[in-house]
Amino acid sequence: MKWFDYQAPTTLANTLALFDSHPGAYLLAGGTDLLVQLRAGRKQTDLVLDIKHVAELNEISFDVADGLTLGAAVSCAQTYENAAVKTHHPSLAEVASIIGGIQIQGRASIGGNLCNAAPSADAIPLLIALSAKCRVASSKGERQIAVEDFCIAPGKNAMLPGEILVSLHLPAPKKGSGASYLRFTPRNEMDIAVAGVGASIVLEGGVFKHARIALASVAPRPLFVPVAGDSLIGKPVNVESIEAAAELAKGAATPITDMRGTVEYRRHLCAVLTKRALEAAVKQAQEAK
Amino acid sequence: MSTPSYSVIGTRPIRHDGADKVTGRAIYGADFQMAGMLHGFILRSPHAHARIKRIDTSKAEVFPGVNAVVTTKDFPAVDDSKIVDLGEGNTPLRWARSNVLADGKVLYRGHAVAAVAAVNAHVAEEAAGLIEVEYEVLPCVLTAPEAMKPDAPILHQDLKMKELGETTGKVSNVAEHFRHVMGDIEAGFAAADVVVEREFNTATVHQGYIEPHNATALWNNDGRISIWCSTQGSFVVRDATAAILDIPVSQVKVTPMEIGGGFGGKIPVYMEPVAALLSKKTGRPVKILMPRQAVFEATGPTPGSYMKVKVGAKKDGTITAAQAYLAFEAGAYPGAMVGPAGMTVFAAYDLANVTIDGYDVVVNKPSTAAYRAPGAPNAAFAAESVIDELALKLGMDPLDLRLKNAAKEGTRRADGPKFRRIGCVEVLEAMKNSEHYKSPLEGSNRGRGVAIGFWFNVGLPSSCTLNVTADGTVNLIEGSTDIGGTRTSIAMQAAEVLGLKSEDIHPTVVDTDSIGFTGVTGGSRTTFATGWAAYEAAQDVVRQMKERAAKIWDVPSETVEQAGGVYRSNGHSIGFKELAARIGETGGPIVGRGAVNPRGVGGSFAGAIVDVAVDPETGKTTILRFTSIQDAGKAIHPAYVEGQMQGGSVQGIGWALNEEYFMSGDGRMMNSSFLDYRMPTALDLPMIETIIVEVPNPGHPFGVRGVGEANIVPPQAAVANAIAHAIGTRLTRLPMNPPAVMEAIWQKSTSPRS
Repeated sequence: MKWFDYQAPTTLANTLALFDSHPGAYLLAGGTDLLVQLRAGRKQTDLVLDIKHVAELNEISFDVADGLTLGAAVSCAQTYENAAVKTHHPSLAEVASIIGGIQIQGRASIGGNLCNAAPSADAIPLLIALSAKCRVASSKGERQIAVEDFCIAPGKNAMLPGEILVSLHLPAPKKGSGASYLRFTPRNEMDIAVAGVGASIVLEGGVFKHARIALASVAPRPLFVPVAGDSLIGKPVNVESIEAAAELAKGAATPITDMRGTVEYRRHLCAVLTKRALEAAVKQAQEAK
Repeated sequence: MSTPSYSVIGTRPIRHDGADKVTGRAIYGADFQMAGMLHGFILRSPHAHARIKRIDTSKAEVFPGVNAVVTTKDFPAVDDSKIVDLGEGNTPLRWARSNVLADGKVLYRGHAVAAVAAVNAHVAEEAAGLIEVEYEVLPCVLTAPEAMKPDAPILHQDLKMKELGETTGKVSNVAEHFRHVMGDIEAGFAAADVVVEREFNTATVHQGYIEPHNATALWNNDGRISIWCSTQGSFVVRDATAAILDIPVSQVKVTPMEIGGGFGGKIPVYMEPVAALLSKKTGRPVKILMPRQAVFEATGPTPGSYMKVKVGAKKDGTITAAQAYLAFEAGAYPGAMVGPAGMTVFAAYDLANVTIDGYDVVVNKPSTAAYRAPGAPNAAFAAESVIDELALKLGMDPLDLRLKNAAKEGTRRADGPKFRRIGCVEVLEAMKNSEHYKSPLEGSNRGRGVAIGFWFNVGLPSSCTLNVTADGTVNLIEGSTDIGGTRTSIAMQAAEVLGLKSEDIHPTVVDTDSIGFTGVTGGSRTTFATGWAAYEAAQDVVRQMKERAAKIWDVPSETVEQAGGVYRSNGHSIGFKELAARIGETGGPIVGRGAVNPRGVGGSFAGAIVDVAVDPETGKTTILRFTSIQDAGKAIHPAYVEGQMQGGSVQGIGWALNEEYFMSGDGRMMNSSFLDYRMPTALDLPMIETIIVEVPNPGHPFGVRGVGEANIVPPQAAVANAIAHAIGTRLTRLPMNPPAVMEAIWQKSTSPRS
């Protein structure tokens, strides 16, 4: 690892100005991806900007109108310990608790998981399923990006030079909603998903009114599969409708064979996990009544 | 043999190094600091097999902050035919050296090529990146069957195959082919009613110790070298470093630091001679820490293997013949642990007709090292899978089949030795009588597997010194690195003899200048052999204490008796502490000496019972319950024996289910981190249950056998057998990870894949 400078600005404006004048800088929230990449020589930089001291990036709040605001530097542990998250988005609390181990969760942020743009990121399929939006800012202004459009290639996101992720915004859940992220890992913790599925549904009178499904680790980026979710809308909750959606999710997957699994095995897992994630989301929706 | 009653042995005192470990005060190799110390970094090969055409270190040498750069040219010139003993047998010096710094060719990815010493590790790393190495990349070969083909790329033009004990002139990747024969194998199979034959493959796996390798060296102006490192054998580091640098052993002093796991992998030297060379060039101490990726890529994992096992039996379960073909991957240099595999593969059985063929094959992977009963788990995976299938075909309980054929005192192994008193039958009976084995296993997709394994254990020399202090305690000086609580298990043996408490003995592991020669902490030998040295040293103390008591009472010393730490003669009596307070006035210091090279090694049998559940949709195996059963001979400290059994079981489970060197076709390990090299975590395992069996070893004063290794031998086969019973089809390749189990389920199923 080469030497680099470190700065920790305390305002968003300062952060944006520094980032603007140092295009090669990297942002540090938890550092659980960045430091590993720097040490392994996969990334090199002269400046690391610590964003943990910026108020907007540490916000975690909920109201019925605007839903959940999750600052980009809020750690996984702060996320899953937050009462509003536990009440309104239990699936987000759950996903924050399976990323890394306890020590990692004290540092790593959901925002960082998103910006790192790994195809295997656990939080992203769930954020897609939950229709999350990204608030992105630069010294020139702000814009919003839908989470499903945020990752564009392995390790690459849609932000332009000088832009930073400020926060994530999740709409308040509707009545009859349920969501779940399930991944498959050979180990029960400290492992990378061989495949993962995030599913979010809204039920009304035993019928799917709304459904979104997204996949991890089976495409060059976290994969939103609208066709799988759409297939459920208007259908009753039963084995047939769920298995049909699972088959569509499987059909959308374009995995590779690597040390974590083969193409065939990963596509198979997409169907198994979509079915199980939908079942878990349905159970949550029904129990919430 | 009647069971003697002990006052210290068999109890569970607090370990002597406990406070240092739990308070973070224990000094590990990476913690070592010295004034003026430089930091080293080793440049490693990006290729699995290549000729080094040119190395240009000039840019690195002038990089600011760099003090020295070394390559293999910095080793002193010596005769190419020189043979050295590096603690694990004889090796040509040129191979020992070229594994430390490549000479002419690199033979695996991660092979050390050059090293830099600089003001800090970052500068050293950056400068290493400026070293220009021109490689001519050669085709690589990664498995034993591939490397044995006539047209395989040859690793060593100077490696001539040894065939059945005879040196041939044939240049080959096969360093050696040996054969053990007993009886008439053809007649044995002809007499069988049922024969099972299977092929097996196992992946290369790593010991996975948490602490990476480290070495600090100071080559002083007087020519003496001091080394501080984490090692299983300080004397091995001394001797190997001296051999590689071609200097007398007396010129090297090795101080063993606290060690964060070894399991056999911290016996060879990797960076010690390199740090010494850098120190010689700079005149300053040089410390090198190995990154985790290099630990995987460039230290000694255990061999991957290809095996064929065939066993025949009569309808009543009598085994009539057993045959094994074992081809093991040595890695870059000869020395795959196929010899021990041949010694242990059928060791649990009393057989008349046996043939065992073993092949030691070099491949373009790191040079393998010892890993807990090296070779035996591979072999047991094959043999015990076949035995399990045989039991199924015969309709016999798998433990009954093993009991019917179990090895016992007097049984001859195919490799020659005749067993003395062993606990094979007792272990099998303990398995059969266990609550675990008697309990029902209910539910679908579940299976129970059993297996047994053997490790012969080793002796080797050990030394121990005891110094009696005036307050009635005893300082114990030893040279065995403590990787499993041996400070305490050794101290307890001295305490037993002296009639003291474990807490009255203060054990210290010292440097190679400060104690007599002591072999490696390996081969499950330390509690056995260094414990025996402590026993002898304590007897020496007792003898001297008797003389002092005799002097005080003015009686002949032969009349003084000692029991429970109290010395008596002719109506007089005095306790150890009171007598210790008077050693100054009765003749001065009392130093007890023990130096042994024991022959009475007692092998250990271990069994495993495991219940698994397999998810039929994902192929994932969950360990529901696991019991390890082992013959300890005599458990000096039962809690540490249980700890060894649990540790070996867990490593065996990881090996069975997920651990592997996942290699690309060009010889790159794709998963060289603990994230992707999937060792089990606490959340992946139930509490490992233990049953200690005690069949005393007649070759040790307290009956100790040594318990560090046999426990890792049966888990792989037991898990394989359990999975076979859960899914109704057998996996013959390790690891049995979820994709592999899913594939087996698909292959078995006639329905189209989902």
